[in-house]
Amino acid sequence: MVDVAVTCALVLILGALVLAGVRFVAGPTAVDRVIALDVLTVISLPLMGIIAHLSGRSIYLDVALIYGLLSFIGVLAVARYLDGGLS
Amino acid sequence: MRAKAILLQFILMMGVWLLLSGRVTFENLAAGAIVALVITMMTTSRTSMLGEIRLTPRALGAHLLFFLVFLRELIRSNLDVARRVLSPSLPIHPGIVKVKTRLRSPLGRFVLANAITLTPGTFTVDIMGDSLFIHWLDMAPEDAEAAARHIVSRFEKYLEVAYG
Amino acid sequence: MNVLSIAGALLVGFGAIFLFIGAIGLLRMPDCYTRIQAGTKASTLGTILSLGGIGLLHPSWLGKALLILLFVLLTNPVSSHVLARAAHLAGILPRGDTEVDELAAETEAKHHSINGGGST
Repeated sequence: MVDVAVTCALVLILGALVLAGVRFVAGPTAVDRVIALDVLTVISLPLMGIIAHLSGRSIYLDVALIYGLLSFIGVLAVARYLDGGLS
Repeated sequence: MRAKAILLQFILMMGVWLLLSGRVTFENLAAGAIVALVITMMTTSRTSMLGEIRLTPRALGAHLLFFLVFLRELIRSNLDVARRVLSPSLPIHPGIVKVKTRLRSPLGRFVLANAITLTPGTFTVDIMGDSLFIHWLDMAPEDAEAAARHIVSRFEKYLEVAYG
Repeated sequence: MNVLSIAGALLVGFGAIFLFIGAIGLLRMPDCYTRIQAGTKASTLGTILSLGGIGLLHPSWLGKALLILLFVLLTNPVSSHVLARAAHLAGILPRGDTEVDELAAETEAKHHSINGGGST
């Protein structure tokens, strides 16, 4: 039962990645693309958690932590650029 | 104020270290204490905001109550967004409303803005001084001001005790 | 097969459902502010539930899962707020049938007073 639930979750998360990817490609403005990128990275964190569960190795959770940290800083930097830099 | 900020940051760093390493042995605690101390020394001048947290029993109780209210609102918020997204007609009436807050502490305002972002149909777009600008997914056309006031005061009464 | 792993599996499943709904919302919403609403909210709860579930499936990983979960809870509202602010400053207006926009009025007034009133 655990395996069934985790497999369903994996399929749903992959579907969510595809939908957010469509928004990332479609735009129409740069802000929309950054929002889609932010959602894509947040969705990737539980995906990495599920990969860690399936492979039985906790190192993927460390990867998820650092990935989340870097994507947050990345979003801050891009938003700073979009609203007109450091003037 | 400053001593409290340093102490709180040290405890926070120590907590992160223990969660990351997941073991409680003497060597681990000693190494964590050294790392936490160095980081606290290096960054303490910029994190004095932590000193605004009140640590009286009443304030700690307010923190706990705030967290419970916040969790309830977070779940309600998600069910609400899910309902709107999945209904074929997409029932939304967006708008941006300005609300003034009574909180004076910057940390308290930060927590308030984050809490509003994670509650049903609202999120904070900008803060200017003591006014919050809230984007509303489904606002009532009449009396938006009072409704916004209601959203803010729901958290404010706890945060006022906890941060001032 | 114990109670803990069943609860964990259910949490992972529910979290994935919320993540999927959030992605649908991201696709369906009409302008970038409403997209932020759908994108951040559902994905925050979805991530919290999924990672909490992973933590219950492997109790020895609970500390790390909890750390990621708290981090997401703290940073997700901040990044959504920063993006909305950037969009507003970049001049992207909310959709046409948006009821009121008091922030636009405010920034307009500020801009006007900086330029010394009627300079145009």
